[in-house]
Amino acid sequence: MPERDHLTVTVQRGGPDTPQRPQTFEVPAYDNQTVLDVVSWIQQNTDPTLTYRFACRVGMCGSCAMMVNGVPRWTCRTHVSKVVKGGAIEVGPLRNLPVIKDLAADMDPFFDKWVAAEGMHHPTRTREDEIEAIDPVASDRQEANAGIECINCSVCYSACDTVAGNPDYLGPAALQRAWTLYNDAKDADRDAILDAVSGKGGCHSCHSMGSCTAYCPNELDPLSAIAGLKRATTKRFFGGRKG
Amino acid sequence: MRVDRAHPLWLAYILHRLSGIGLALFLPLHFWVLSYALNDAARLDAFLTLTEMPLVKLAEFGLVFLLAVHFFGGLRLLALEWLPWSAPQKTWAAAAVAGSFLVSTTFLLQAI
Amino acid sequence: MSEFQLYMAQRLSALVMAPFVIVHIGVMIYAIQGGLTAAEILGRTQGSVFWLAFYVMFVIAVSIHATIGLRTILGEWVGLRGGLRDGLSAVIGLGLFLLGAQAVWAVTA
Repeated sequence: MPERDHLTVTVQRGGPDTPQRPQTFEVPAYDNQTVLDVVSWIQQNTDPTLTYRFACRVGMCGSCAMMVNGVPRWTCRTHVSKVVKGGAIEVGPLRNLPVIKDLAADMDPFFDKWVAAEGMHHPTRTREDEIEAIDPVASDRQEANAGIECINCSVCYSACDTVAGNPDYLGPAALQRAWTLYNDAKDADRDAILDAVSGKGGCHSCHSMGSCTAYCPNELDPLSAIAGLKRATTKRFFGGRKG
Repeated sequence: MRVDRAHPLWLAYILHRLSGIGLALFLPLHFWVLSYALNDAARLDAFLTLTEMPLVKLAEFGLVFLLAVHFFGGLRLLALEWLPWSAPQKTWAAAAVAGSFLVSTTFLLQAI
Repeated sequence: MSEFQLYMAQRLSALVMAPFVIVHIGVMIYAIQGGLTAAEILGRTQGSVFWLAFYVMFVIAVSIHATIGLRTILGEWVGLRGGLRDGLSAVIGLGLFLLGAQAVWAVTA
């Protein structure tokens, strides 16, 4: 691969008070560098007013997601060499969320929808009871396990065109959370979960376009989780209950 | 910012949506032409002779294509949403349906 | 109707239509052999209780199915909300059904 000394990095600047505009920076190119490294280099060496968000830098906290060349990605684990096109990359704030400033998106709507999708624990026992034994190989447990590594980065929410067109839509992450709880032996209110995902903007608004599963950095499968919710609600409609 | 989203499932989604819009736009015209038959079979015939024109033939092919694409796309969605199968099982099922449809249609076209 | 009821109505109308669509495509392939004429179409359909029932159910199902689909698109792509979207969808659905019923009456009565 031919070596280049510099990357041309176009960054979307601005926020609610200033109009959004692209600004281009020249950044030294290295063999090993992530998109987050590039953004940090600009902030540390060229423009200290550049606003962005990160914390762990190792793909665990879910705070550094941004649009990179038109695709939402976790920037701390996205190597420039994987996404660069003709020596240039374009970085912007996550799509489908309000912008606070520059590359920092306001995650409030995303987290509000976790709550709206009943993404909360409904206990089966009190603190006075014995801890419930969980069978790790039960099929319910396997189904729940498939979704629990979500890091709440909002990449799926940003990737989804249904979210873009329908502001009420709860989105892939919140619905996948609902599906893991629905399959959790320790959750006592499955009907509340199905009710929450059957309303306006619930799982039935999904068109199975699969951008959530295609772009999830942890390789989770919200598309199948949402299909599971559709199946469960349909089953309930025909009088079938989960045993 | 331009959004890059052209992966297979997204393309299947957009094809399903556009074919649905196409069919919905065609349907009123289809019904309207057929209702000519009620009081004026000659006018319906005059319209039907249009179907001999190559351009109209091509449009007819387009309509059948829209219907078939929307039909198979819809079966795919129903299977994806309602059948608790694994992804490879669904792929094979879709391939089997499409394959048998191709074979039987070819047979039908030969037979008549 | 709730979003969930609309979802079920759209999926169930699709399931009802699946065999109709196969027959419809089959008839099309058969009927266009040697060209289309009004006499040929009417000869097949006029006075036939089978084709009357077939097309009536087809028209009802397609009106439901197309209306719910267009309502979704009016929301996502046109940006209509609330009563305006529901009202416009209902008008489209009713219009489709009436046009369809008229066509079925025309070819089977």
